[in-house]
Amino acid sequence: MEGSEIAMDVPAAAPETIDLRRELTETHAQEVLEELDRELVGLAPVKTRIKQIAALLAVDRVRLRLGLASETPALHMSFTGNPGTGKTTVALKMAAILHKLGYVRKGHLVSVTRDDLVGQYIGHTAPKTKEILKKAMGGVLFIDEAYYLYRQENERDYGQEAIEILLQAMENQRDDLVVIVAGYASRMDQFFQSNPGFRSRIAHHIDFPDYTDAELMAIAAGMMAARNYRFSAAGKDAFESYIAARRQQPHFANARSIRNALDRARLRHANRHFEQAGPVSRDDLMTIDAPDVLASHVFDLDQADGRPD
Amino acid sequence: MRITQGCFSFLPDLTDDQIRTQVQYCIDKGFAVNIEFTDDPHPRNTFWDMWDLPMFDIKDAAAVMLELTACRKAHAGRRYIRISGFDASPGWESVRISFLVDRPTEEPGFRLNRREGPGRALRYTTESYAADRPEGQRY
Repeated sequence: MEGSEIAMDVPAAAPETIDLRRELTETHAQEVLEELDRELVGLAPVKTRIKQIAALLAVDRVRLRLGLASETPALHMSFTGNPGTGKTTVALKMAAILHKLGYVRKGHLVSVTRDDLVGQYIGHTAPKTKEILKKAMGGVLFIDEAYYLYRQENERDYGQEAIEILLQAMENQRDDLVVIVAGYASRMDQFFQSNPGFRSRIAHHIDFPDYTDAELMAIAAGMMAARNYRFSAAGKDAFESYIAARRQQPHFANARSIRNALDRARLRHANRHFEQAGPVSRDDLMTIDAPDVLASHVFDLDQADGRPD
Repeated sequence: MRITQGCFSFLPDLTDDQIRTQVQYCIDKGFAVNIEFTDDPHPRNTFWDMWDLPMFDIKDAAAVMLELTACRKAHAGRRYIRISGFDASPGWESVRISFLVDRPTEEPGFRLNRREGPGRALRYTTESYAADRPEGQRY
């Protein structure tokens, strides 16, 4: 009896070894990580970083149980990358992962842009920003195109006020709220340069790389499958050449361009079958063929400037 | 005299953690939580001042606690502060829960007034000693 009482005082006297993998599975964070792996094509550096964060949080949980000092890590993040590289999608998943690991209590995502935070007249900004912060508490606040908050050319812009309130909340409400800022890489760099406080309060800077042609093709296949469509062999070849051609043109937005291209291909597909005489089969309605893709303006080299897609 | 009004008022004052738990309960039930304060302790006083805005669309009690801290910074020790949960699910707003979270450091209590009525009838009424002074200077 006495021996065990003495042992109670030493926190490390709990079980000797701990299975960290099981910790991750038990919290169901593993499921979300696997879902992330399965549903998102490419994005290797992003996935690695998210796994690292998940590992740190899992280890911290165990340490807390063993009575070892564990300080809540600052988890504010910045996602930079070109349009359509999956920043918002990953942010949504991030909220779920953090919730499963017990880092945020509710795990909802509040997605805002400049006009949700910045007011129109003096004294309007602070209550507006605070309102959003209150809504996001217990979850993740996702600020899309965060650089619009700061307008260099206008020193009286109210954006500065919103930034100050955000910074204060990021510091003081670290346990209640995770802030993720996102935007295009070059403009985010500029934004961080003019707001050094922001940069230092964000622990994780994650860069989203552009997709390769093969990855975009995989994304297209996934989108098609989700809507019960598929490519014919010729259609597949046509779409591959479409991706290569589209990439050379202005306003290329990675996965978003692919989604738009598929939508238009479906449009032409429907039209083609409508104009054809005679009945159509179930198979016809599911198969996107080469002409549906090749009719795109992208292949029209003369018009490659103003009208993409 | 310690005033007892609303839920939990015969218990010792709630700690911050207990308040947080109650607020989270309200939020999980879908109630809109708000913070009110007054310096008129009369039990029939239903017109309390509202602190900030009623908090709709909030998922976590931390937000309410943040406002409560701000309200206390401005009024603690000089006002009664209460938290109410409004339920709109029947189609109208109705108070489901309301409890005091802060009270003045000194509560002078109530005076009992007796007024002679016709015949030998007596009318009773209560009046707070604090309410003798003008609003804003009571505590």
